[in-house]
This record gives sequence, C-alpha cells and structure tokens, in this order.
Amino acid sequence: MRITCPICGERDRREFYYVGDAVLLERPDPEAGEAAWDDYLHNRDNPAGDTRDLWSHEGGCGAWVVVTRNTVTHEVLATELASDVAADLREARP
Amino acid sequence: MRVTGKGLIDRSTPVSFTFDGRRYDGFAGDSVASALLANDVRLMARSFKYHRPRGVMGAGSEEANALITVGRGSEQDPNVRATVQEVFQELEVFSQNRFPSLEWDLLALNDLAAPFLGAGFYYKTFMWPKSFWERVYEPVIRRAAGLGALSGQGNTDRYEKAFAFCDLLVIGAGPAGLSAARAAARAGADVILADEDSLMGGRLNSETHEIDGMPGAEWAAQAVAELAQMDNVHLMPRTTVTGAYDQGTFGALERVAHHRPRGQAPRECFWRIVAQRSVLATGAIERPVAFRNNDRPGIMTAGAVRSYLNRYGVAPGRATTIFANNDDAHRTARDLVEAGMHVAAVIDSRLEAPDGQGYPVIKGAQVCDTAGRKGLESVTYRATSGEEKIKTDCLAMSGGWNPSVHLSCHMNGRPVWDEAVQAFLPAPGAVPGMRMAGACNGVFSTHGAFVQGAEAAVAALSDLGITTEVGETPEAEDAPYRLQPLWAVPGKGRAWLDFQNDVTVKDVTLAATENFRSVEHMKRYTTQGMAPDQGRNSNVAALAVLADATGRGIAETGTTTFRPPFSPVPVAAMGAGAQGRGFAPERFTTSHKASVERGAPMIEAGLWYRPSYFPAPGETSWRQSCDREVNMVRSAVGVCDVSTLGKIDIQGEDAPAFLDLVYTNMFSTLKVGRTRYGLMLREDGHVMDDGTTARLGQTHYVMTTTTAAAGPVMRHLEYVHQCLRSEWDVRLASVTEQWAQFAVAGPKSRELLNSILDETIDGERWPFMACGAVRVQGVEGRLFRISFSGEHAYEVAVPARYGDSLFRLLLARAGALGGGPYGMEALNVLRIEKGFITHSEIHGRVTADDIGMGRMVSAKKDCIGKTMSERPGLSGPEREQLVGLKPVGTVRQLTAGAHLFNAGDPAERAYGQGYVTSVGFSPTLESYLALAFLKNGRARHGEEIRMVDQLRGITARCEVCHPVFHDPEGEKTRG
Repeated sequence: MRITCPICGERDRREFYYVGDAVLLERPDPEAGEAAWDDYLHNRDNPAGDTRDLWSHEGGCGAWVVVTRNTVTHEVLATELASDVAADLREARP
Repeated sequence: MRVTGKGLIDRSTPVSFTFDGRRYDGFAGDSVASALLANDVRLMARSFKYHRPRGVMGAGSEEANALITVGRGSEQDPNVRATVQEVFQELEVFSQNRFPSLEWDLLALNDLAAPFLGAGFYYKTFMWPKSFWERVYEPVIRRAAGLGALSGQGNTDRYEKAFAFCDLLVIGAGPAGLSAARAAARAGADVILADEDSLMGGRLNSETHEIDGMPGAEWAAQAVAELAQMDNVHLMPRTTVTGAYDQGTFGALERVAHHRPRGQAPRECFWRIVAQRSVLATGAIERPVAFRNNDRPGIMTAGAVRSYLNRYGVAPGRATTIFANNDDAHRTARDLVEAGMHVAAVIDSRLEAPDGQGYPVIKGAQVCDTAGRKGLESVTYRATSGEEKIKTDCLAMSGGWNPSVHLSCHMNGRPVWDEAVQAFLPAPGAVPGMRMAGACNGVFSTHGAFVQGAEAAVAALSDLGITTEVGETPEAEDAPYRLQPLWAVPGKGRAWLDFQNDVTVKDVTLAATENFRSVEHMKRYTTQGMAPDQGRNSNVAALAVLADATGRGIAETGTTTFRPPFSPVPVAAMGAGAQGRGFAPERFTTSHKASVERGAPMIEAGLWYRPSYFPAPGETSWRQSCDREVNMVRSAVGVCDVSTLGKIDIQGEDAPAFLDLVYTNMFSTLKVGRTRYGLMLREDGHVMDDGTTARLGQTHYVMTTTTAAAGPVMRHLEYVHQCLRSEWDVRLASVTEQWAQFAVAGPKSRELLNSILDETIDGERWPFMACGAVRVQGVEGRLFRISFSGEHAYEVAVPARYGDSLFRLLLARAGALGGGPYGMEALNVLRIEKGFITHSEIHGRVTADDIGMGRMVSAKKDCIGKTMSERPGLSGPEREQLVGLKPVGTVRQLTAGAHLFNAGDPAERAYGQGYVTSVGFSPTLESYLALAFLKNGRARHGEEIRMVDQLRGITARCEVCHPVFHDPEGEKTRG
C-alpha cells in the first residue's frame, strides 16, 4: 500500500503509523456531555466504502495526515495535513 | 531420449548430477525433468495420497507431479518442481514421499485402499474412538499422505530482500510481454521485465513458429538482447511475480542461486516492486483431460511434449499418441514428425478435426483408459466403432488452455467465463493500472500476443503522459483457436483432476452428491486445488465437472478465490535478514562498552540494552551484586546510565499551555530552573505515562518519558499539537539520543559531582527539583536534582559524544568514594523500596486514583483524559489500588504476577482481591517487598492477605502496607 504524504510525497505504508478515525480531530468541549465524549472516544462507523482516518508519518517527516480511502477497493482518494484540517474545523466552529 | 539437432541446450557444456544417488548426464540449459527424460527416466515421483507412480506432466512452474527434494541436510529444499530446477555439475536431487524407494514404495498399498480414501475421508474417519485421534489417526494415517520433508536442521542459507520502482512492470516475457517491454522501453520508460523462467521468450522457446522469418527462439533472444543493453530496462529472469497489492505494489521472488553450486550469493531474493503501471503477460497453462488412469508416467500435456522436443531436444517417448479437443495440439504431432519421431496416432474428440500431415488422426474418439504400472505402455480409446488399444509410451493430452489470470484476482477481482475460448479471462480493471495481453487474456495466436502486448504498453504509457506508437508488428502465425469443450471422459475407474492432491472426478461428483455444491465447499471437502500448485492445473476442469454434476453452467458455478502468492514463497525469503540479530534493531547507550568491559550482563529494555548488574570479584550470583549495589547507593554513591528514558525538547510561546494540556498537573506555574513530576493520561482517563519535566527557560522545557513509552509519548504529543492545537506556537523534538544522561545517587552524590563540575554546587542553589546548565570538564551540560532511588540524587547530562568519557570519569571518581555503577536490578529494588511506579504498575488499565495520584489531576484546568477520568467506576473503593506488601508468614518469598486472596477464600478467580506487579528483595529492610493492586487497598493497610502464585506453586502470607517502604517522609531525598 502506498500513501502520499502531503510533505514527503508517495511512500510505502510501512513508514506510517495508523491511528484510527479522523473524528479524533474533533475533541469535544469538556462540558459537552457523556454522549459527545462517548462518540468521540468509542463509537466508530465501519463503512464498506470511503473512510477518513488519521495516520502518522512516523518513519518520515512526523506529520499527521488525514487519509481518505476506500475500505473495499483500497484506493487512497486524498491525503491532507491534519493541521490544515484542524484549522478548517476551527474556522467552521461558531 | 535425446533428439539430434533439436533444442536450445548447450551441448558443448555437459553436466552430471544425481537423482536418488544415481548419476545422470545432461547439458547446461536442461531442467532436471528434461535431463531425466533424456536418460529415459519416466518415474520421478509418488503421488500425494495413493502413492501412484508419477512422471512429469508439464514443462514449467505449474508442474503437478514431479516434485523433488534438492540437496541434503541443512541445505535440503523439498517440493521443488523438477521442471524448474536447472541442472548443474554435482547437483543432488531426490525423489520424495516414498518408502523405501521410488521403485518399491510400500505405501502404494494406499492405491488398493482407494475406494475408502475418497473425498471427505478425513472428515468421515477421524471421528471415533477419541483415543485414536492422537495415537492412530495423526501419526499413521496422516504420515502416509504427504510431500517432501524438511531436514529438521536450522537453515544456514542466506536470503535477501530488495525494493524496485518502475514506470511499467511487465509480468512474463513471452511474445506479449516482450512486445510490451520493447514498446515501452523504446519510448524511454523505466521498465522491469520479470519472467519466472531462466530463459526469456515464453512459448517462443518451445514452438517451431517463425517470427520475421527466423526461428521464434532466435527472435526472442534478439529482442531480449536489445532490452538488455538499454539503461531504462531491468530484466529479471528466474523471477516469479507472486502477488499484486495495493497502489501498484507487487511481490516477486527471484531465484538467485538455485541454478549453480553454493557460493556467496543469497539463494533467493524477495522483491517489492512498485510500478506506476503493469502489463500482465503471464500466458496460459495447458489443461489435462480427465479419463481413467490419466496419471501414468509418460502422460503429459501436449505443449510440454513440444517444450521437451523443441527447447530441450528430448523426445519423451518413442511412439507418441496425442489426445486432444483442439487444433493447437496437432502441432505436437507435426513437430514430432518433422523431428523424425514416430507418432502413433492423434485421437481428436472432434468429428471435425483437421487431417493428419504424415500421421493418423482418429476423429470423434476419446481415450478411455491406459495401462502400464510404472510407465505408460498402451492407451485404449473409444470411437463410435468400439474400443481399440494402441501401444504407446507417451501420451500428449490437451483439453485447451487456461489463461494464467491469478494476479488479476489478487485484489478481489473475479475472472469472467468466456464461452468462445472456454476459459476464464481476467476482468478488465480488476487491478488498478494493470492491463492484460496475450494468452492470459484469451488471445492465443503469436500475432495477437504481439499486437496486444504493444497496445497495452502504449496505453499504459499514455496514462503516464508518454506518447508513443505501437510500431511494426513482427510477422507471426495467427492461427484461430479452435476447440470443443472436453473436461472428463465418461466411464468407470478413477480419472484424475488434481494430480498433486490426488483428487478424481469421482471425488468431485461425490462432493456434489453429499451436497457440497458450492465451489468453495467442494474445494475444501475434496482438497482439490489445495496442493502447492494451488489448482493451477485442475481448478477449471474440477469446477466444470462440478457444474455438470450440479446441473449448472460453468459461469454460474464460478471459481474459487485466487490469493497470493502465485507460487510458493519461502518465509526465509520474505523475512530475509530478520533472523538472530537481524530480528530487531539494537540500541546501545554511550556507556555500553564500558559496562560490557566491567562484565555487566546486558538485558533488553525495548530495543535498548542496559546493564543488569556489575559483578564484583568474588560475587557468584546476581543477587549478591544487586544487594551490594543497593547498599552502595544507600550508603555512598552509585552511577547509572538513564539515557534510555525518552527526552523531548519542547519550545515555543505556547509550550507552558501545551504541557498543561498533556499533563494532569500544572506546568505553566513551574519556575524556570525547576523540575516537576508529571502524570499523563490517555483520553480515556487511564494513565499513559509519567516522568519529570524541567523548565530550562520561559518557553523551553525538556520532558522525560519512561524508556518503554518514549515513542508513543512523542507520537501522542505530536498528535495533540498537530490535530488538536495546531494554532499553538510549540515545537517538539526527540533528543533522547542526543544527550547521555547519568543518575548520580546516594549521600555522596554531591561530593562526586563537585569533583567533576567546573563550578561546585550546594544545597542552597541546588535544592531538590532544581535544574539548569552546568559545565562538566569544560563541556556544556545539564544538571537535574531528581531522584528515582529516594536518595539525595542528580541526573547529569552531556552531549552524547561525551557520554562514554563522562561515564568512565564518574566511575573512577565514585570508586574513590566507596561507590560505583549500579544496574537495572538495583535500580528496580531502589524504586520498589520507595514505592515509585514503572510500567509494571501503569500497565494501561489503571487510573490516577488507583495509584494514589487522583489529586494530581488539577481541578483548575482541562487536560487530556480529565473528562473521562471522572466517569463513575474509574475511582473509588471498588477498584484495585496500589499498596505495598511485606511477607509475614514462614514463606518469605514474594513473586510478581501472583494473585491475592483473603485468608480462608479459595485461590480461585472469583475470589481474586488483586495481583502483585513488582517484587524485589530489599537489603535495606532485609525482606522481600512487593507492589500490588488490591481491592480498596488504601483502606486495608495493616490487614493480612494471602499471595498465591499458581504458576510457581508459592503461597505466602503478607501484610498490606503503604507502598513507600523506605524513608516515607523523603528526608533523604531533600537533605
């Protein structure tokens, strides 16, 4: 499997460390309540299709990357720097 | 028998080799199979289950019968296909799965028991009585069936792995592959051409077709020569592409040194090839026809007979009969006749078969039986006029060709049934970036292969932005592919489908009768397709029989799943280099050499190696050394390398806020020049790691982590920064390897340090938890007054290049003070005496409250894990809490991993009260001490509890106490 790091370019997936769903970028407010925290930490979709997850380019530049990929075809559809995605999320926040 | 004037072998280079200890002669370019046939050896193997005599069936890597063992002892390599093994001088090969010899195999009795050994035999037999499972069934019955054996000795051979990248990977160097590689190479693309054969050219080396007016083999040699001298082409002969993986990654096995005597070269190399685009040109495998006794030595595929004749100059028989359902197989007769060999007859199942050219053709007839125990003697065929017998010693059969679609299916693609060619073809687009060309795509003429190969390459290059043209197609035969399906000849007796696993037509129909009608069920019930050839020779015919038996079409019946690898890959090649010291990287501290010089046994701590203890003269056990080292630290001074702890440099305006977020306690309030112990949680509220963090400047901290968690903590901090607080000005760098850091602990630690520091220190300017820059013998270093031993202690750090000399200097000066080095054993005892935790305690399932640090989770701020740590059930008396244990009964020994029970309760899981995490013998308190987790432990100090170690058979009465055994007020640390 090959993943394109937004900084380093296309690399073997063994340079990356897989973490989990990109929902990890959306840490709830401490007061958001049990349901929000439960969702953030535990509840995950298991889609047959497109999914967004977080990978760390640990064997490369150290960047955290949001990878959009398809669990059925294994296509890697897009990669973005997690810090950019986080910045967009901040701006979208009311 | 050798045929004069034929073949591509090098007749000027004779070689001799042995088979089962007998010497045979061959030529360079021969395979073991061709050389044995040249010596009129037809019996080469015994079959898997029935121990039937078998000869060679094919001429390539798909060979199902002639499996041999190469070499002996630790060099023994079983289940090698005789058709693939090239001969060389002094090669030793052996037949396998026979006793006592290939000629006289006692287990051939199985053949007589055949009626009882049909499909599902194991499932039906290995049922009862239970006492037979291990005593009879396993050893006796299972041993009777089998393949070659390993020697049982360690493999001393060297293997290699390698990586390659290209624009276009061409898999297979037959006419389609050569055409594709040539077109792409001429356009300037980086091309890898891989072929499993030693000689590139595919069927061109086995046929008599002319290409551009020259023999096909000669044309292929010229094409290969052209490619060989191009810088942008990498030719990989003897390389099987074994798997197609995501994003253009392919696995490939190169047989580097199997064709020559052992030398320096590795035996095999496992390649990972990353290709922008690929062309599948893997050709096709000729399929046998199922008829009674179709497995005798001397019966092979029609294409194999042509390979032996045209490529190896060998006639497998003196009177050959051909049995086919297609035009293609008639070439075998023509080639034999042209070479002056005798063709007994061509038996064609079609009434419309072409006429013979110097040989008789029997049309509309089928071979229905054969005779000859250890070699074919005659065949019987059935025509409309009745049954006739022909004397013949070689039967060349052909039921058509199966395209080698396997690699196209490795990413979940399913091949598609094509009525016109009566075969499964690869589904277009099944592997992204892969195009198919030639016979593997159902195009069986040489002309068609040339055209498709070039077209596939041009299209692939166009994807990559390289424009090129197909160019002129070499002149070649363009015969139509004409056949009439014929899978199995009806009749009594056993007709083999899967030769390698001894699966017959009867087995498949029995499976259908017993309702194993799905192709996947049939496969598992009969074991069809589960041998080393993975059904390459038999799958299609077996499912055609199944389709017939279940009244369905072949397309509807479907195929089983083709998974990597295409052909067997030794684990030794895939994991090349990862044996012994190659298994994992080794990390050494700067004091490693000096520690080893002092005789310290080094133990693994993750990837690091750390000294266990430093034996002094006269000491005979680790305990003696450990006790002395503990006493030395408590009474004088000890030195220990602590460089393996993770060190993370944290800088930036927002560094204070960042640390407040990742630690449970406050770091923004920490004064510059001070150090603080910090506790880190996971977001789920459990303890992740602990350590001290020093504030070296207003916006500059250096964090220490435990040795084990250095990597995960670094990753976690980067996550918190990049994913949660990317707007913050903070930068992180791991500096673990940049600094050599030594603990200097004991009442004389300050005295020792003052003997090496450029400026002396005192208690006023350097109180407990102070930190800052110092000069050590002129070198800029750092000093931290922190303690993991409970003693007055420091950690001194210098750039790693000075580590070795500082360690030696510290030891020399310590020696004069009655001190010296201490290892991991003493370090562990010292921290247990003080109740300090390690990852034995914070093992991932404990909370801050469990370890008595609940109040370290600051109420004034948010931190990672805080919200979830407040969940009910994560704190309180129902949880197991950290306690100390001291033995009070007659048994004084405590053991880590033991469980705790109330006195009087049975030592069973349901009564568990907790467990022991760390144990050490304290020379200070002259007792074993333990740290443990005990239900509601903090409220139970003073109670007695029973420790039970079921594994070691130790039971001890213990007193529950506070986890800090030594100097509970910390006077020594602060003093």
